[in-house]
Amino acid sequence: MNYERYLNPAIAAVPPSGIRRFFDLASTMREVISLGVGEPDFVTPYHIRNAAINSILNGETSYTANRGLPELRKEFSLYLKDRFGLDYDPAEEIVVTVGASEAIDIALRAIVSAGDEVLVPEPSYVSYSPSVVFAGGRPVGIRTLEENRFRLKAEDVRAAITPRTKALILPYPNNPTGAVMEREDLLAIAEVVRETGILVLSDEIYAELTYGGLRHTSFATLPGMWDYTLTFNCMSKAFAMTGWRVGCLCGPAQLVSVMNKIHQYAILCAPRQGQAAAVEALRAGRENGYEDVVTMRASYDRRRRLLVDGFNRMGLHCFEPLGTFYAFPSIRSTGLTSEEFCQRLLEEKHVACVPGTAFAPCGEGHIRCSYATGIDKLNIALQRMEEFIRTL
Amino acid sequence: MTELEMSLLDLLQEDCRLPLEKLAVMTGVSIEECAAAIERLEKDRVILRYAPTINWDKTGRERVEAMIEVRVMPQRDMGFDAVAKRVYHFPEVRSVYLMSGGYDLLVLVETKTLRELAMFVSEKLSPLEAVTGTATSFVLKRYKEDGVVFEETPSDRRLVVSP
Repeated sequence: MNYERYLNPAIAAVPPSGIRRFFDLASTMREVISLGVGEPDFVTPYHIRNAAINSILNGETSYTANRGLPELRKEFSLYLKDRFGLDYDPAEEIVVTVGASEAIDIALRAIVSAGDEVLVPEPSYVSYSPSVVFAGGRPVGIRTLEENRFRLKAEDVRAAITPRTKALILPYPNNPTGAVMEREDLLAIAEVVRETGILVLSDEIYAELTYGGLRHTSFATLPGMWDYTLTFNCMSKAFAMTGWRVGCLCGPAQLVSVMNKIHQYAILCAPRQGQAAAVEALRAGRENGYEDVVTMRASYDRRRRLLVDGFNRMGLHCFEPLGTFYAFPSIRSTGLTSEEFCQRLLEEKHVACVPGTAFAPCGEGHIRCSYATGIDKLNIALQRMEEFIRTL
Repeated sequence: MTELEMSLLDLLQEDCRLPLEKLAVMTGVSIEECAAAIERLEKDRVILRYAPTINWDKTGRERVEAMIEVRVMPQRDMGFDAVAKRVYHFPEVRSVYLMSGGYDLLVLVETKTLRELAMFVSEKLSPLEAVTGTATSFVLKRYKEDGVVFEETPSDRRLVVSP
């Protein structure tokens, strides 16, 4: 039976993620070294796992409040204040979500009406544009360029704004480019926000993973910007807790309460054990200076240097990524397209990367390589890539 | 200890075969600076040696290991350090630790045969004047050493490619 007539054509028309094809291909191969993984290679620290086990043994198996466990909202509030100077009231301005992914989805669904435009810097994480479409809106890409270190330029934002523009997604530190936005870069964006009154959806899930002495600046902490900003964060990247699915959506109470309405009807609450684990992660972090995060960041930083240096040596120009755990080298010198490069590298050398085009057409000429993989494997991957390039 | 030295120790403890160039890249210093730091660590005996962790069970080599709890009566001019020194000079002894709790020294011993081990305890260790008692426990199986699990476990449970 053909079910097409049942499907919403707007949703059915959204193409599947470009990453899928590489996943399918790589999954059939043995001995693949994958630089294509978008999550930490650390297992969640033991004390956090143990807290979740204890929560199960204690019989904590019921729903939580829709907005999440009160103690977790309090911990998120303290954490965001402590680390990024953000002020969010745990009672009214925070909802615990199923990862930041849900937060983005419900935020968009709450603000976007049919035909509204949402600005999405490109290349960026694969789900923003589809989520805008699912909400009935129209994603408007804003291309970021390597010559600007993939930072979002205020003039490009200004130029993209129309009377239908509702919001700007601000995904920094950025997956896939590894780009960061420093305070001055953000102040320029804030000026545009002040002039035009658009909302900013600031996805800060990689905020802890910045390097070279940089500290992440949260957009909502800029003068006057709190009122215009929704901040998304989560446990996944900084605490190596991707599978637990716990994130948070923070913003002005009036907005957050409408988003919580969707959350309440669609999700009810984030998973209980994930919340218990998150409480432990944030509480312990507050008490020990976030030592898990510090250790993991130091480890990523070494691997970041190794990978970037390796690419530059083999002639793949790579700008220095100052955030996340991705490098985004240019493969233009090889004459191949991103897709061809990744496919042949996988087939011939069993190294998996993700073509830049999976993140937007303007990602052409680049590949995303995750350095959240052991040093031994990174070294082998670099060696195989160098061999591959020599055969071209 | 500087941040560079700590970073180098972290890296070398994981893999002491990492070449100098890679160590320098990862710690963000020149090869010369990196080499100097390592030399300093070696000279100060912070780094004592570069050795692999070996699963001898897979080699078929005859080998008996035991942990011996040793009670010691420190004597005049012969404190714990001096007793430990007498003990660690025996070639059978792999490790010696001063312990809190019910005994004083923990001695890890390795010999080829059970008989040699018995000889070591009865002929070498027990006769030491300061030693007042020993309790020997044999190692039956090794599961984890220096942070390395011996059993082969899937090292990466993640999806091979993900967004």
